[in-house]
Amino acid sequence: MHDNEHTSHHHEESFISKYIFSLDHKTIGKQFLIYGLIMFFVGGGLALLFRWQLAYPERPLPIIGASQQYMDEGEVATGADRMWERIYESEKEEWLEVNMPNGVIEPAFYNMLFTMHATIMVFFVIVPILVGTFGNFLIPLMIGTRDMAFPILNMLSFWLAVLAAIVMAIGFFVPGGHAAAGWTGYAPLSSDPQWTGVDWGQNLWAISLLIQGFSSLVGSINYITTVINMRAPGMTFFRLPLVIWSLFIVAILLLLAFPVLTSALALLIFDRLAGTTFFSATAEGGGDPLLWQHLFWFFGHPEVYILILPGMGIASELIAVFSRKPIFGYRSMVYAMIAIAFLGWIVWGHHMFQSGMRPGLGSVFMTTTMLIAVPSAIKTFNWLGTMFRGSIRFTTPMLHGIAFVSMFVIGGLSGIYMANTPVDIFIHDTYYIVAHIHYVVFGGSLFAIFGGIVFWFPKMYGRYMNDTLSKIHFWLTFIAFNCTFFPMHILGVGGHMRRISNPMQYEFLQGFEGMNIFITMSAFTLGFAQLILVFNFFWSMYRGKVAEQNPWQVNTLEWEAPTPVPHGNFGQIPTVYRGPYEYSVPGEEEDWVPQAQPEHAPATSGD
Amino acid sequence: MLQWLPENVSTFGQGVDNLFYAIYYITLVVFILVMGTLIVFLFKYRHQEGQRAHYIEGSTTLEIVWTAATTVIVFGLAMFSYPQWNNIKSPTEFPDNPDVVVQVSGKQFNWDMIYPGPDNELGTDDDLTLENELHVPVNAVVHIRLTATDVIHSFFVPQLRLKQDALPGRSINVWFEATKAGRYEIPCAELCGFGHSGMLGYLNVHTQADYDAWLQERWPQ
Repeated sequence: MHDNEHTSHHHEESFISKYIFSLDHKTIGKQFLIYGLIMFFVGGGLALLFRWQLAYPERPLPIIGASQQYMDEGEVATGADRMWERIYESEKEEWLEVNMPNGVIEPAFYNMLFTMHATIMVFFVIVPILVGTFGNFLIPLMIGTRDMAFPILNMLSFWLAVLAAIVMAIGFFVPGGHAAAGWTGYAPLSSDPQWTGVDWGQNLWAISLLIQGFSSLVGSINYITTVINMRAPGMTFFRLPLVIWSLFIVAILLLLAFPVLTSALALLIFDRLAGTTFFSATAEGGGDPLLWQHLFWFFGHPEVYILILPGMGIASELIAVFSRKPIFGYRSMVYAMIAIAFLGWIVWGHHMFQSGMRPGLGSVFMTTTMLIAVPSAIKTFNWLGTMFRGSIRFTTPMLHGIAFVSMFVIGGLSGIYMANTPVDIFIHDTYYIVAHIHYVVFGGSLFAIFGGIVFWFPKMYGRYMNDTLSKIHFWLTFIAFNCTFFPMHILGVGGHMRRISNPMQYEFLQGFEGMNIFITMSAFTLGFAQLILVFNFFWSMYRGKVAEQNPWQVNTLEWEAPTPVPHGNFGQIPTVYRGPYEYSVPGEEEDWVPQAQPEHAPATSGD
Repeated sequence: MLQWLPENVSTFGQGVDNLFYAIYYITLVVFILVMGTLIVFLFKYRHQEGQRAHYIEGSTTLEIVWTAATTVIVFGLAMFSYPQWNNIKSPTEFPDNPDVVVQVSGKQFNWDMIYPGPDNELGTDDDLTLENELHVPVNAVVHIRLTATDVIHSFFVPQLRLKQDALPGRSINVWFEATKAGRYEIPCAELCGFGHSGMLGYLNVHTQADYDAWLQERWPQ
């Protein structure tokens, strides 16, 4: 790194201050993107490991697993066999030997795999990319300012996230293994080491999330302050692009929700290390396991909307731009997001219908939860309305936007089953909920993320992503995603419990073996398809076609900035004259009118 | 898709299934309408040379229509669901005078079934603890006092459409009435540790004669 120091030229910036401890919101956004993509592969890899176990219970993994011959007779046949022989001969207990002897996943290791898959995907992939990347990169550019309100806090937010990731990573290698109580960490399984045998793994899990909580807190304060105070002249709240509205609302949710988790984690750490019993119903204590669930889900449900709202924002941008039409019902879109964010605070009990919570509360939470269908439906119909009588361009970002809407429809509709208390009795804790969450967070948020990356890549790196590769990536992902997660609804209807490592132990699940194998095959396809994205991402960064300043002919302010965007973003801060979605305005020659373009013809109405 | 549901063998299960079917058909219709509209729009309004999009900012009437329609549908669904839910889960609405009372206690990684014995009182000498085997007569109201000794477990009988978490430090009342004799699995549905997968009990629903014979065998006299 030091070799490069003298090669950077302007602003007297060293390599370190430009690329490592950068204060520039664009660099921090890109840092979060690389961070999220790396963690995406860690989280996805964990999923493939446990998918193998579900399809082929107690069979050795391919490539690194021992051969059947070696398992049965100890006869060395493959390179993997030799590796296992060496491991068994060595005196010390090797990590692999403890967790997957002969390449067969142990039940305790299986629990760790799905726990860490979800933890990493939720806290280290989706939130950092949606909020960290798009929040950082887009907010100052789209509201027309030079940087975030607090650049140093911004940098701190990223490096705290890195610290959290390091602490989380260490957990994989401590004796006893990593956290294995599910990403929801239900007490007392999580609060007392004697029930899992997991010792420092769970502690580090809690400490890492605590640090991640501070990172989010610092980031959200920054976003809120920036959006409120630093909008360009003329940029009223109702001229903000919907993606900025979504990020603004999400920042408020993060600010209010994360401290609840942080407090709960602190209590958990006390329970584990200081002998308190907040979450155990012991004779000498006075704690209650349900306390954890209330605290966790009071954070957790707003968290679910933190994961989807920015996706809705991104999809709104993509659909308006590529339909060449104003967003249908802009204000109702804003109010719907505010309604979702508000209702998000009073629905947490729907995770706890079968928990032993007073049944009367179940009815209350069912009512509030059902209400969320209303703003969700408003948004969906408005996206359709935006396409109505448009002029739709099927660019890759638009394909992702359409995929977002379709997958969100499935995820939203499947939510109605879960919200219905009597039906939930049956499908609670089955694969039905696994299907539902993946349709919302993968089918929803991730397609929005992919679309957003392809869409803003030219502004981030000054080049296009390779379109052929992007399209192949989209179609493979779209098909493999549906083949992976749609059958999970059927598993759920069959009563297939989640979080079991071997469905073949149950008589009533015998018929699902073939479906589990199909899901695993699709999951592997889905996983490997993501390599195309990463290759394309890094290849295009250096070799992609050079992009012009506003390649998609978009109205919003980020495209007013030169490409690549310099430090300080704009030469002169633009003035905003209109809303963000003035596409195909009658009487205009072009089918787009940038927000910063001054009024020229007296014929157009003056807002 | 709903043919994958396991056979229902409880009195309240049919109510659950009816709601399941109702939601299934409602969501299926909504899904087909929305996706159909989307596909038609994508085809009809695809970009064509020389054609421009129409400038439409929205429609207050439409916003009101779909807000109201969705509200009516979801509240309607909720209305039909309250009684079912209360019938299954609210102890005040349980059928009185149970024919059988059993304490079921989850522990890593077994279900303990504790019968009160002839005196009908738990915690006395004639209690009988069976590991993983629950015996009940068919067409009889069964009350379960559900608890756990270590971590949270979840008592799940797919064919009864019954699931309830078992919490350490609490006793939760659960009831059911099975309508068909047979042997059904009782998996644990809440992650409870490394032995969670395979934590499995059995519900044996006997005909009244078989049940009486079983009682006689256990408490002879």
